[in-house]
Amino acid sequence: MSKISGSEAVIKCLLEEGVDIIYGYPGGAIMPVYDELYKYQDKIQHVLTRHEQGATHSAQGFARISGRVGVAIATSGPGATNLVTGLADAQIDSTPMVCITGQVGSHLLGSDAFQETDIIGISTPITKWNYQITRASEIPEIFAKAFYIAKSGRPGPVLIDITKDAQFEEFNFSYKRINGIRSYKPTPIINMDKIRQAADLINMAKKPLIVWGQGVILGNAEKEFRDLIEKSGIPAAWTILGASAIPTDHSLNVGMLGMHGNYAPNVLTNECDVLIAIGMRFDDRVTGDVNRYAKQAKIIHFEIDPAEVNKNIEVDIPVLGDAKETLSKIIPLIDKKSHKNWLNEFKKLYQIEYDKVIHGELNPSKKGLTMGEVIKEINFQTKGNAAIVSDVGQHQMVACRYANFNKSKSNITSGGLGTMGFALPAAIGAKMASPEREVVAVIGDGGYQMTIQELGTVFQTKAAVKIVVLNNDFLGMVRQWQQLFFDKRYASTEMVNPDFVKIAEGYYLKAKRVTERKDLANAVEEMIKSNEPYFLEVVVEKEGNVFPMIPTGSSVSEIRLS
Amino acid sequence: MSKKTNKYTVSVYTEDSVGLLNRISAIFQRRHINIESFNSSMTEIESVQRWTILILTTEVQIKKIVGQINRQIEVIKAYYHTDEETIYQESCLFKIKSSLLFDDRQIQNIIKESNAVIVTVNPEFFVIEKSGRTHELDELYEKLSNYGILQYVRSARIAVTKAPLMISEILTDFKKNKNE
Repeated sequence: MSKISGSEAVIKCLLEEGVDIIYGYPGGAIMPVYDELYKYQDKIQHVLTRHEQGATHSAQGFARISGRVGVAIATSGPGATNLVTGLADAQIDSTPMVCITGQVGSHLLGSDAFQETDIIGISTPITKWNYQITRASEIPEIFAKAFYIAKSGRPGPVLIDITKDAQFEEFNFSYKRINGIRSYKPTPIINMDKIRQAADLINMAKKPLIVWGQGVILGNAEKEFRDLIEKSGIPAAWTILGASAIPTDHSLNVGMLGMHGNYAPNVLTNECDVLIAIGMRFDDRVTGDVNRYAKQAKIIHFEIDPAEVNKNIEVDIPVLGDAKETLSKIIPLIDKKSHKNWLNEFKKLYQIEYDKVIHGELNPSKKGLTMGEVIKEINFQTKGNAAIVSDVGQHQMVACRYANFNKSKSNITSGGLGTMGFALPAAIGAKMASPEREVVAVIGDGGYQMTIQELGTVFQTKAAVKIVVLNNDFLGMVRQWQQLFFDKRYASTEMVNPDFVKIAEGYYLKAKRVTERKDLANAVEEMIKSNEPYFLEVVVEKEGNVFPMIPTGSSVSEIRLS
Repeated sequence: MSKKTNKYTVSVYTEDSVGLLNRISAIFQRRHINIESFNSSMTEIESVQRWTILILTTEVQIKKIVGQINRQIEVIKAYYHTDEETIYQESCLFKIKSSLLFDDRQIQNIIKESNAVIVTVNPEFFVIEKSGRTHELDELYEKLSNYGILQYVRSARIAVTKAPLMISEILTDFKKNKNE
């Protein structure tokens, strides 16, 4: 057997795991791996992002649309610390990602060497697992573990730090994928008693409500989920990361939960008799005041991660396990039903929300453009087949509320961490993972400028992402809070913005600005029809607000319509 | 939910792994919980470590904390127990001026009655060691502090549980499932 270097072994490990695209940025301590990437460029495409944070979000976008593990690579020191935001985002949103960092030579570890940083220490609380490799012979086993851990059970990010000497060192390479680690139990064993108890409770319920999250998507349980709601006839509402698991227009889809979610599912959370949570973790943005959350209801929690059960909300029946398996097991025990009267209550409340909020947002008569009408136009032009990648803020809530999704894994957004700057690089990763799909990034003027440099990546890769910036010259969500809760003291939320069209044109991208309603439809149509990347700025009303809204500390049923 | 705090002994069986301690301590740090004492040792199973962590917190918190510890990849299994559910010991060393031993005979009685062991005696100082439950160590400290203590150090708690923990079974099950 001939010996190979640690850095070549890194590439061979990635190939063994089926990796064909990685996102990254070179630098001193990772140069040996980049040298191998050069040699293997026909097998692995390396995408040079303009900042390491962009590499992580691209890897996340790649993972979120495809379900595959995203890979990002960076050098030591500042290269590694620039991965931190993406790692934290992937950890809280359960995104499978492997990050590789170079590290100073092992003889220099701990000596404050040039570009040395303790990235293992730094990334520990924001990774599912991490490991520092100091000998080349460790590489195959650690990479096999990393990919297994990243994608199994509740997925998450893994970081592998490799000292420069380990990259140079030669050894006999052989690779074996792994399917188990003795101290790690990715999927809890299913307890049939709990399944039966849950089924009994569901069958007896008069006013049941299903609340689902990303666990349905991560567990590839979309079909089982749909079977369950259709058989049981139970209305179902989603967290923003759960969006798109079933089509938006499904008759039992009663909308979005939480702070800016729909009126009916929030109000009726406090009226249902059985609340069935599936693959969601009762985030505070979903529950509002936990002491006044569904107190009248019996709660069933389908969950893969035992640490999530009873963490925020005490539940009556935990059903641990992978959603695909637990749902398959419970479906035969569920009575076929329709909850017509109960469903009508959702329809009534929807009508109230429609009259007071939705109609005006989607069909405005006022002068300024609304964010909602832009999303409506995108829905129309893409027929609901696009993946929508949103950033963080008002536009995100509007995009999630009003986007139509026909297909799962189509709503890509930073949920738990709320990372401004996520969307542009994530859209690049999503488009490269699924070139056949329309990928539309919807971004605010604030978040856009946090990773605007990734326009360089768009230009260099020609990834045909469609970039829509909804520009209100404000950090709109913070401004909305200032208006509602801080007597309109707009502290540092007004933005003096550059000419975004010129900037896009500086990167040789097709670009257009819309300021009037009459031009919107044509502009969106031109953008969607374009085979190339396209930038569209839509100037929207400056002080639009997102409603409904559950103010902090309020109960879900205290949701405000204005 | 009760807000009453209690002493909990957390026992964590782990793989021998660099960095895991950092991961576990972060779980306590995030919740602003102090670690009262921490002990790492080998176990009856080869290459498996046992951590014994003493925590003062509420039952609601300790359940969530142990859940999050169990989630870590290299943790084989973590448990929490109250004092009543464990047999535990702590150990301490006192360094005292030798002259006191002869000047005041009472000190010899204290040592004898407390079942402490004299580890060493030399012309300047002597060292006694005492193992026992927390309150026994506290009592001895109180008595001896009247005479003047040159140095005092106390070990972390170590504990075994009254109920069986079945760690070997967990590990055998894994092997069995893998071979199937």
